[in-house]
Formats: sequence, C-alpha cells, structure tokens
Amino acid sequence: MIKKENYTVSIYAENNIGLLNRISAIFLKRHISIDSINSSPSELDQVYRFVIVVCVSKKDIEKIITQIEKQIEVIAAFFHTDQETIFQESALYKVKSKSLFEERHIQNIIKNSHAKIVTVSPEFFVIEKTGFRRRNRKVI
Amino acid sequence: MKISGSEAIIKCLIEENVDLIYGYPGGAIMPFYDSLYNFQDQINHILVRHEQGATHAAQGYARSSGKIGVVVATSGPGATNLVTGIADAQIDSTPMVCITGQVSSNLLGTDAFQETDIIGITTPVTKWNYQITKASEIPEILSKAFFIARSGRPGPVLIDITKDAQFEMTDFKYKKHKKLKSYNPEPKISKSKIKDAAELINKAKKPFIIFGQGVILSNSEKEFIKLIEKTGIPSAWTILGLSAVSTDHYLNVGMVGMHGNYGPNVLTNKCDLLIAVGMRFDDRVTGNLNKYAKQAKIIHLEIDPAEINKNVKVDVAVLGNLKNTLPLLIQEVKTNKHGNWLKKFREYNSIEYNKVIKKDLFPTKDKITMGEVIHQINEVTNGNAIIVSDVGQHQMIACRYAKFNETKSNITSGGLGTMGFALPAAIGAKMGAPKREVIAIIGDGGFQMTIQELGTIFQTGVPVKIVVLNNDFLGMVRQWQQLFFDKRYSSTEMVNPDFVAIAKGYHIESEKISKRENLKQSIKKMIDSPKPFFMEVVVGKEDNVFPMIPTGESVSNMRLS
Repeated sequence: MIKKENYTVSIYAENNIGLLNRISAIFLKRHISIDSINSSPSELDQVYRFVIVVCVSKKDIEKIITQIEKQIEVIAAFFHTDQETIFQESALYKVKSKSLFEERHIQNIIKNSHAKIVTVSPEFFVIEKTGFRRRNRKVI
Repeated sequence: MKISGSEAIIKCLIEENVDLIYGYPGGAIMPFYDSLYNFQDQINHILVRHEQGATHAAQGYARSSGKIGVVVATSGPGATNLVTGIADAQIDSTPMVCITGQVSSNLLGTDAFQETDIIGITTPVTKWNYQITKASEIPEILSKAFFIARSGRPGPVLIDITKDAQFEMTDFKYKKHKKLKSYNPEPKISKSKIKDAAELINKAKKPFIIFGQGVILSNSEKEFIKLIEKTGIPSAWTILGLSAVSTDHYLNVGMVGMHGNYGPNVLTNKCDLLIAVGMRFDDRVTGNLNKYAKQAKIIHLEIDPAEINKNVKVDVAVLGNLKNTLPLLIQEVKTNKHGNWLKKFREYNSIEYNKVIKKDLFPTKDKITMGEVIHQINEVTNGNAIIVSDVGQHQMIACRYAKFNETKSNITSGGLGTMGFALPAAIGAKMGAPKREVIAIIGDGGFQMTIQELGTIFQTGVPVKIVVLNNDFLGMVRQWQQLFFDKRYSSTEMVNPDFVAIAKGYHIESEKISKRENLKQSIKKMIDSPKPFFMEVVVGKEDNVFPMIPTGESVSNMRLS
C-alpha cells in the first residue's frame, strides 16, 4: 500500500476566470477528490492565493505540483504536510439572548473557553472562539 | 481609426505572419468571415469538410513547417468538433492557435443557440485558453496566444471570441509578447547539472541515447548529431523523434517502444547509462516501469520540469532548451567510440532481420505485406518524402520501415493515437512544405474517419499522395484479439466500400493494387503525378506487426513472433 496523507497545497497565481477550473482539472485527471478549497487575494497586489487540501501520496503530490506550476497564470505552488502547517479556525456562535439569562451554564462556557462576545442585540448575541477545531467543537 | 473586432483578429494574424488558416464558417464566427473577405490576398483560408479536419491539417502544417497552425471555427458544434485535434496537439506538443466564435456576451450562460462552454471543455487539453468579450482585448490576448503556443514546450491555445466583440469597434495596436510575468517557458540552465551529466557520459562503458520530438521542436538536429558523433553513443528514437537523425546514420539504431526494434528495446535493460533527450518516457516506450532500465544511471535533457521524474526517476536532470543545453554538453564530453557496444545493436538487428524484417519486406507468400509497400515507396522516393501515417498496424510498419534523410519528415499521431489523423494532416503537411513529396499512409479504418477531407483535396487541388493499406480489418485491434482475447474478433471486421470509386467521385486519380507485380509501377506513377493521387493496396487480412512488447511486460521481453 502506498502511504497517503493530507497535504495543503498553496498556489499563487494571477487571476483568470478559468484558472480554478484548470487547477481542479489536474486533480480530476488523477481521480483525486479535493477535501477543501479556498481562493482569496494574497498579500501581493494582483496575486491570488488558492489553498487546497487533498489526501494523496508524496509521489503524487510532487508530480501534481509541477503540473500546477506549469499552468500559464500560476506563479508558484507549494505543498505542506499537516505537521508543517498550523491550522486554526475562527468559529462564531449565535445564541438567543434570552437563554443567557435563563441558562446559567452558558455564561460558564463562555468564561471557561475564553470566548469573546462580538455583538449583542435584544434577540440574539454572537460569541467568537478562535483555536484548534477540536476545542472549538467542545464549545457546542 | 477604429476597426471592428473581427478585422482586428485578422490584423493580429497578419502581424504574426500567418498567411494560411484552416476553418469552417458558422453563425457566431460570421463577422470574422465577413472581414476575411477583404483580406483574401493576404490570408489563404482552407475550407475543410469537418472542423476536426481543420485541426489535423493545422497540425500537419505545423509539423512540416515548424510554424504555428491556425484554426477557425464557429461556436457550439464547430468548437466541440475541434476537441480531438486539440487534445492530439496537446499531447504531441504541436503549436496551434484555435479561434472560435461564441454567442454574444449578453447570451452567455443562457443555453443560447449553438452555445457551448468551450473554455470549460478544452481546459484540460489546452496549454492555455481564454474567452474574449470585448474587442479591445483582441490584440493583447491574441499576441499572448501566439507567444504561449510557440514558446517553451509548444502546445495548443484556444481563444473564444463572442460575436458582439467581433462587431464592436476598437483601436488597434499590436505588441508582440516576449515574456509573461507568471510564465517561464525555458527553465534556467544549471551549469553544474551539465557537468554532472558529462561526467556520467565520460565514465559510461555502455551508454545509450533515446531521442524524442524535443530535438525537432527545438531545431537542434545538428547539435544533437554533433553530440552523438563526438561521444559515439548508439541512439534510438521514439516515434515522434523519427527523422530528426537520418535513418541510415551509423549511430541510429532504430526505434524504441512497443513495436520498435529488438536491439534498442532489449539493450535498454543492458546499458549502464540511459540518456533521454527531449522525450517523456511514455508507457508505450517503457513497458513495465518496475523493470525499466533499473541497472542504469539516467540523464534526462528536457524543457518541461513537469516531465522530470514523472514516470522514470532520473539521476541527473538537465533542464532547458536543447538548443542551449546540447552545445554546453558537447563542450564537456570527451570524444569516444563504443565499437563493441554498438556491435551488440547490430547483432540484435540481424536476429530481428532474419526473424521479422526479411519476411515483412521481401515476402514469399502471395498477399502483399504492408512492409513491402513501405519498402517500395522508399525505393522510389529515396527517403526524401514526408510520410504522414494514421494510427494502427500500418502506422507501426510505416514508422519501422520508412527511410528518412531529412528532419520534420515523419508526421503521425503519437501520444493520442487519433485514427483519422493522416488524411487531413497530409493536406496541412503539403501546404507547410509545398516543395516536398507528401505521402499519407492510412488504414481502411482510419481513412473512413476523415474521408470527407477528400473534398478539401479536390477543392484546393493540393497534390498529396494517399495510400490506403486495406486489410478489411481494424488490424491492430484484431491483432490484440488474436493474441490476447482468444481470437474473438469482436467488431473488428469491416465491410468496406469501393474506395477507388469514392476517390473518383472527388475527381482524384486513383488505382487499386492487389498484385505484387503492379505495386512498384503504380507507386512510380503516383509519385510522378503532379496532382493528388489515391492508391488502395489490398494487403494480407491477418498479418501481424512484430516484434511486440505486450502491455505490462518489460522491454527485455520483446516478442519476435
């Protein structure tokens, strides 16, 4: 069995309407499903970043990266294992304002998990918690 | 002064020195064709009979001339009919620019009449593609398209232009692209890698070179021959490398791959150094990768970084354009001769000659063989013709036995294996090299896939010579059914029409040969004719192509029968 693991692929590219299609086609061609994909402007002007997470073998990801870099608009592409990346998420929870007064333990959860209150209205309030996914889930 | 978008497209073509295009009109590309009417003295438009024919003709033109093939088609079915040819050009690295019409931009995404998402459809098979919705984009994008198609590892580019953009008025200013920010067509050459490669070459006792189309695409045939003559290394070609070095050169040891020659295949697993020059280790070349050249050090000279370690793990990768890397390597390597090692190839060749080649070229049985047709063509042309082959048994036979003195003389669909390629490709090849003899070698199956292009030959009068080797079978598939599927001939026998009558219907002089004694005379007549000529040769129904490496086998296990 060839060992497969999660890789986070970061691609820096000039924007073009078809580029996302072109990149995803490279995974499709090898029958690889994409676990997550994210596209956003990067720190650099006119340069966009795609972040893609896939579960493949090391050999495959090395070949895929060169095939991605070959695409005309792509400036550079990198891959990292889970050990090499830090993944944190920011979770927002919407809660009925009434329950804050009626259910005392909600106050405790907010206190214990070091969550922040972002906004409060008469109907609901929003709390925010940033951290590892496992801990964020615990809040629920 | 403002001009229309469609006129701007034509001005771009003229700026890129395009004087010949292949195409087929239709609704969404009509503004372009209307503008073309005014430029007929500058651009020759070849009206094909099917858009697929336009792409293969453009490929043939590009391969024989070294220039970019240009194709024009309408939206919807016109555009989708290009896909096979585009995929073929992509896998065989042929420079091609396709321009398609598209429905007006206000209709995009509405399932309008003859609308298809041709950008989405062609994304995986183009080097680059782009949809233009404003006339002002035309010069910039087309300049980019031509630059991308021809630079680095060449390939097909498709530009989709909406009908309203073709009508819209715009200022025209053309600037040729020489570079693009995010595109690096030729990787930087590492001097230390050249030194590493030279060191391995100088130390090797049994070095072996496999060269591919990279040598032809980079115009470095002379440099390559200088390298092999200096180092005395036996060199074999991949199917697309054929004709880069003349077939009778003393260091040219034949073809590698499934139906290649015995020596170069078996000795791949006996050499101590394998040098791959402008080739990509296709599975039809390597057979079983786990048993491929494991004993050897491997050097790979290549322009495309994505090809390094893709199929075969290499010891030294020399990235760059061969035109630049080969001269540097020639400086570093020592003059050498590998007489005994070269003799090994000769020994294997004589085994192959006795068991296979003799029977193919000088048969004693009554039916004509494909091999003797190619042999007779060699005799008449002296190896000076361009041979355009289709896909199947006749293709393997043509590539095994055709003699070539000049480069850019072998035109065939290598990577994609597109049946129907040869007839339209021969039209393009002749137009790309009008002074040369162009002979298409086609099977009865492939001929009928693009047979309508006889109409293009008739209308243009382009003097291509067409040889159909007819065995009334889809011969290669039948051969596999015989060898690997217990002779269960499932859907491979063909009931064929009267090909000569069809050719006559297009007013093409034609002949049918079924007797050996008429063969040479008819080939002479065909070559001497200044007009298009069609020749059908009836060959043995169940002849097989050998030697052969069965799928999944090692190159060492090549079968001679």
